[in-house]
Amino acid sequence: MSDEADKQNGAEAAGRPQRPQPEPPGYFEGESMTRRRAFTVAVQGIGGLAGAAIVLPAVGFAVAPIFHRGKERWEAVGPVGDFVEDTYRQVVFTETEGIGDAGKTTAYVRKSSTQLGEKPNEIVAVSNRCAHLGCPVRFVEAAGNFICPCHGGVYDFQGKRIGGPPVRPLDQFQARVRAGQVELGPRFSVTSQLEPVRARDPGEFTGGIWEYLYPPRPSTFPPPSG
Amino acid sequence: MKLDSLIPAPLRKPAKPGEGNGSKGAAPADLKTAPPERPSDAQRLGDRAKEAPADVLAWVDQRTAASGFLTGMLYRKVPKGTNWFYTLGSATLIAFIAQATTGVFLAMFYTPSTTQAYASIAHINNDVFLGQLVHGMHKWGSSVMVILIFLHMGRTFFFGAYKYPRELNWVIGVVLLILTMTMAFTGYLLPFDQRSFWASVVGININGTGPIVGPYLSDFLRAGPELGATTLSRFYAIHMLLLPGAIIALIGAHLYLVVKLGTTAPPWMKAEKPKAAAPVSQLDAGVEGNGASSG
Repeated sequence: MSDEADKQNGAEAAGRPQRPQPEPPGYFEGESMTRRRAFTVAVQGIGGLAGAAIVLPAVGFAVAPIFHRGKERWEAVGPVGDFVEDTYRQVVFTETEGIGDAGKTTAYVRKSSTQLGEKPNEIVAVSNRCAHLGCPVRFVEAAGNFICPCHGGVYDFQGKRIGGPPVRPLDQFQARVRAGQVELGPRFSVTSQLEPVRARDPGEFTGGIWEYLYPPRPSTFPPPSG
Repeated sequence: MKLDSLIPAPLRKPAKPGEGNGSKGAAPADLKTAPPERPSDAQRLGDRAKEAPADVLAWVDQRTAASGFLTGMLYRKVPKGTNWFYTLGSATLIAFIAQATTGVFLAMFYTPSTTQAYASIAHINNDVFLGQLVHGMHKWGSSVMVILIFLHMGRTFFFGAYKYPRELNWVIGVVLLILTMTMAFTGYLLPFDQRSFWASVVGININGTGPIVGPYLSDFLRAGPELGATTLSRFYAIHMLLLPGAIIALIGAHLYLVVKLGTTAPPWMKAEKPKAAAPVSQLDAGVEGNGASSG
């Protein structure tokens, strides 16, 4: 489109020799857009690029932790002889480094029991993080249950939910024996049948279609096989 | 009238049409007929001094033309029936200003580090002069702001003030509500005591229960799979850099629309009917204006 200035600069002024009139008006030969339009598009494009150059790194910086998996960490929590089949021993170890006591977590550890249909000679380490909203549960010896103080979640001896609002059994930690010491490693979640899956946050269901509705996060470790 | 004389001329209430501009003795006709006697130097100095504030304002006004905007905003018409419920929005704004002010001063003593945050809050509460008061104002003020914003929302809803043409202002208000709740959520972690820590754990896990995006959202909030050192600095940055800017900008838009569109009359005010459902014959005879309501 030509505007007032184009008209006045062009051949419309009286008494001047006719200059070749661009067709359509405002376009010069071989051009597909007016210069005004070309500058508008260029300035907007450059502005957009400059904006993206600032915003994209900043957003990436803020979002990056979602895709970052920390170093796998194992910590010795005591000699094998300390742990028995029929009750739990409470251990405290560091799950997140660098924040002092806030990074510590509690696990209830025992030997696996063939009476409960578990493989023999393994270590079971149940997390005290409630599968409802993450409050710390306590193993009540007399009842043989895990009980959550916040909203009344109850779990049986193996950590399966038997009452209250939790949506799945208690999480567990990978465990191994090195030089006679029990070592605890990354957290994993379990389905209602105690099959290991990648760690989920409290409040998220596991197993079946829920594995897709609450997709595993890249920041968690693969579950132990078998 | 006395109060009026205290307000500098540029901000004085605009005169009603037909009443002149309110200034006395400045008509050029008077000057012609009776030239005023020359006042003494002291008198002139006094007069000049009295006009100094108006002069300063006039200087600014000449360069910004702000007085037109300000008088339009300050003396805008409000409908009949406007009552105390209409102050809830301003009350929320004042609560926000109180939060912003106390927050700035808390930031002078607070350390957003997992190992020092708790100690720095204890230092504010126990050692800093009036520290407990300022911290308390910020802590309780946050609840006050949340309560006021909900009351304001209720007023708007029950008075039907969200209807055309004010829907956009309702939408902005809802965004402000969400930002305020996010503000309260991120602020809760900062003292880094047991209550803050576990409340944030629970809050983040509630975020995580949203299907598909939930797990990623909680990873984003925590900056990792566990609540850690970066979670605190992340919440601190969101709480005192990101959200206040967004809230201030949206409050600006919210107020602009309030002034631009005006407020609504309460629903129990009936629209004023034309005074006389006069016969057509009388209309010709020049019946006085039909009293169109300004609401």
